[in-house]
Amino acid sequence: MPSVMKVAVIQFPGSNCDTDCQAALASFDGVKAEIVWHKETSLAGYDAIVLPGGFSYGDYLRCGSIARFSPIMGAVRAAADAGVLVIGICNGFQILCEAGLLPGTLMRNKGLLFRCESLHLRVENAESPFTSALTNGQVLEIPIAHGEGSYVADAETLKQLNSNNQILLRYCDANGNVSPEANPNGSLENIAGICSHGRNVFGLMPHPERVCDPLLGGTDGRGIFQSMIETVQKAKA
Amino acid sequence: MSNPAITPELIAKHGLSPEEYEKVLSILGREPSFEELGVFSVMWSEHCSYKNSRPELRKFPTTGPSVLVKAGEENAGVIDIGDGWAVAFKIESHNHPSAVEPFQGAATGVGGIIRDIFTMGARPVFLMDSLRFGSIEGDSEQARTNRRLFAGVVAGIAHYGNCIGLPTVAGEVYFDESYSGNPLVNAFCLGILRHEQIARGAAEGVGNPVFYVGAETGRDGLAGAAFASRELTEESKADRPAVQVGDPFREKLLLEACLELLATDAVAGIQDMGAAGLTCSTCETASRGGTGVEIDIQLVPQRAKGQTPYEVLLSESQERMLVIVKKGQEDVVKRIFEKWDLPYAEIGTVTDDGMMRVRNGKDVVVEIPARSLADDGPLYFREAAPFTPPAPLDLSTVPQADPSAVLPKLLSHPSIASKRWVWRQYDHMVRTGTAVLPGSDAAVFIVREANKILAAATDCNAVYCRLDPTVGARIAVAECARNLACSGAVPLGVTDNLNFGNPHKPENFYQLRAAVEGISEGCRAFGVPVTGGNVSLYNESPAGAIDPTPTISMVGRIDDAAHITTQSFKEAGDQIFLIGETGSELGASHYLLAIHGRKEGAPPALDFDKEKAIHAALLGVIRKGLVRSAHDCSEGGLAVTLTESCFGNGLGAAIDLGAADQRPDVVLFNETQGRIVISVKASDVSAVEKELAASGVPFRKIGEVTAKAELSIKTGANSYNWKVAELEKTFEGAIPSLMEG
Repeated sequence: MPSVMKVAVIQFPGSNCDTDCQAALASFDGVKAEIVWHKETSLAGYDAIVLPGGFSYGDYLRCGSIARFSPIMGAVRAAADAGVLVIGICNGFQILCEAGLLPGTLMRNKGLLFRCESLHLRVENAESPFTSALTNGQVLEIPIAHGEGSYVADAETLKQLNSNNQILLRYCDANGNVSPEANPNGSLENIAGICSHGRNVFGLMPHPERVCDPLLGGTDGRGIFQSMIETVQKAKA
Repeated sequence: MSNPAITPELIAKHGLSPEEYEKVLSILGREPSFEELGVFSVMWSEHCSYKNSRPELRKFPTTGPSVLVKAGEENAGVIDIGDGWAVAFKIESHNHPSAVEPFQGAATGVGGIIRDIFTMGARPVFLMDSLRFGSIEGDSEQARTNRRLFAGVVAGIAHYGNCIGLPTVAGEVYFDESYSGNPLVNAFCLGILRHEQIARGAAEGVGNPVFYVGAETGRDGLAGAAFASRELTEESKADRPAVQVGDPFREKLLLEACLELLATDAVAGIQDMGAAGLTCSTCETASRGGTGVEIDIQLVPQRAKGQTPYEVLLSESQERMLVIVKKGQEDVVKRIFEKWDLPYAEIGTVTDDGMMRVRNGKDVVVEIPARSLADDGPLYFREAAPFTPPAPLDLSTVPQADPSAVLPKLLSHPSIASKRWVWRQYDHMVRTGTAVLPGSDAAVFIVREANKILAAATDCNAVYCRLDPTVGARIAVAECARNLACSGAVPLGVTDNLNFGNPHKPENFYQLRAAVEGISEGCRAFGVPVTGGNVSLYNESPAGAIDPTPTISMVGRIDDAAHITTQSFKEAGDQIFLIGETGSELGASHYLLAIHGRKEGAPPALDFDKEKAIHAALLGVIRKGLVRSAHDCSEGGLAVTLTESCFGNGLGAAIDLGAADQRPDVVLFNETQGRIVISVKASDVSAVEKELAASGVPFRKIGEVTAKAELSIKTGANSYNWKVAELEKTFEGAIPSLMEG
């Protein structure tokens, strides 16, 4: 029996992918995922933290801009500083950017409409705690569902993200070509997901938790969670 | 500010007839106060009282062994799905609000139906929508308006559903001139619950405190129920204040808080504040509980200062609920609503005198017997005009159009074209249960917590209903059942949304009556109860009444994930069968409408026995694992069905329909009912033939799936050929190019 990995799925008011993430994680052996209310202030004992998708605080003011002031965010920041794995999916990515745990920001989609559809992503760097079970150049099919997913950062930030290999996923076509046609929302350089300089904080707009079951259209999301689990287990061993 | 005097003008302005006012006087034994006049006005509107439609609605079959909560008893019906689990589902219209303010009108329609479901104690799991607009083609001012309404309604549904985190998994969108100026927006929600979790909207227990929970009351949506019960006119824009403003974030919090509260033992009764707001929820809970309710307006959380009791009582501000709490458990409400940062207030108590009593501090402003208000409203038996059956179409008057050109034209007609532009704006995957995506015959949703697979479809061909409402309504039920069968499901229950014109006009009332009869026949034939629904009358614009639109939503169950079936062909070499026979009728067809501009003739006939036999035969071969794809024939006929099955996996089909004695346009585009195209593995052909022959349904092998992505159809000596990629481009591109230019 491998040691149990404990994951906290943060529930903000307006989170709506919290139980989806919990169920996806629970489908892995040796993982215990718990919902943690945003008014809590401690995340002691958790091996990884998920900031799930949704519309925290109704997306009022700006996506993620109010959630970053939630009581739990102090503990999230402390955990991130201590090297705990933190993954922010969709609204979770927006919150991580607003909180300054990831650089850049997410703007209204090009075309202005909300888009929900399955898309292709190319793995840009398989040497991270979130992609280690994948391979460089691998093409994943994972859905997006957002109105504000256009990744924007200044030129200097973009340069650093590239030179530090912090860009983990880019939107691509079925053959892995990163092209303007494959960009669903106007993100700079087709960026779909980035990690922090220290590699332990990851934000992505696509929803890996939605493709962890063959009955629901695929299992391409499992590799990301698998990478996290292997990373934690290796560290614990 | 003092209240105006009760004059005949004021009474008329409140939509009460002189006879109805007489009834008010006799119930009260005195002249009503201004507030009481407002209360009677909304409670006796068609929207709340169904005064014109109730005698007809009684004809629906509403019982059955699986019915746990019957239609009309509560906010939504509840059906057993086995293992202690149940589903609550309902469809409801928000047509008039969407006509004057499409975004908020549609958004609050979604919000309202979601509240109806969680009021029952159920966790909402998915949404569907049935939408109708005037034509969006061309440069006329009307077409531009219709495009604006269409875009606004879709954005409003997306706004509310996406934010609250419920997937919109299926629906239908039609475009027809009859809806210009009066679009239809019907929203459906389904929720899941354990049998023991069913909550009731009754004010039980004299002395129990009455709590108001949720958003503060503002001046929005004043008397919206009365507004919804009038015809739309040029002046309807002035009714914009009757449209509510939705806050899906507040509703998400309210949903979670209410479900958390209902999981405790603290609740004696719960009722959402929808149409007619605080008024309706207090008098309905009192009436159901056989009790009275007394509240104080001054204790109601309010958004604006200086609102009059009249305004607070009639406001339709969204995201509010009334909760009857068991005495002594007030702290449970406090704890949960403080956790979710939601307003709550104890505003009154349950009494034993049967009165709905509203105080404004010390003053009593409303004192009406609750039961009279809720149950003794007026009831009208309207006159139905005699019906003249449509003349059968004389085929010789229909010139034969070239099928090669007709098929792309049909595929680009907005009513048939891909609705991807619509459902891509809806989060249709959240809650991770969507096993079959929008764009299929039926949505298939796996409810994780219950380990159940549900299917749902919504249908209505209003052209059929316009030409023959009974037949059109029968077909709507049959098509829903057929769509469910194509996905591998058996039907469980029906909810209906009856959208019609002004019932005072005998031809409109005939349509309502005939449609109810058609739906009832259909439900009896398939053995499914009507579990509830909604009536929307007065759907008229200055141009006239809408085509009668009795929208049917049907929910079904799939027993095994292996039975989930989709419409796309799967592999080259698979053999294609047509189950059911193709007739020679063209009346009421989309081909006749879209290509020849004629809305006439008799709709196709429907034989329930044949239809049921076909569904049973299809389910039989699906359950034996013999079916790789199944898709029914509806608008656009066999050619459109075959085209749609070619999409998705880069395949084509080579088809020979025979039928040398028939006109090719009839064979390809007629809409004979009870037809399903399936594909099967070549090695399973004899097994499928044996099974279908044993079940006695007509069927024939019509061709095979090809690796070459072309659709070729032979009929008699004629043959037609299309590149699937080009058809798909036409099908997918039609609506985006109209909406985005």
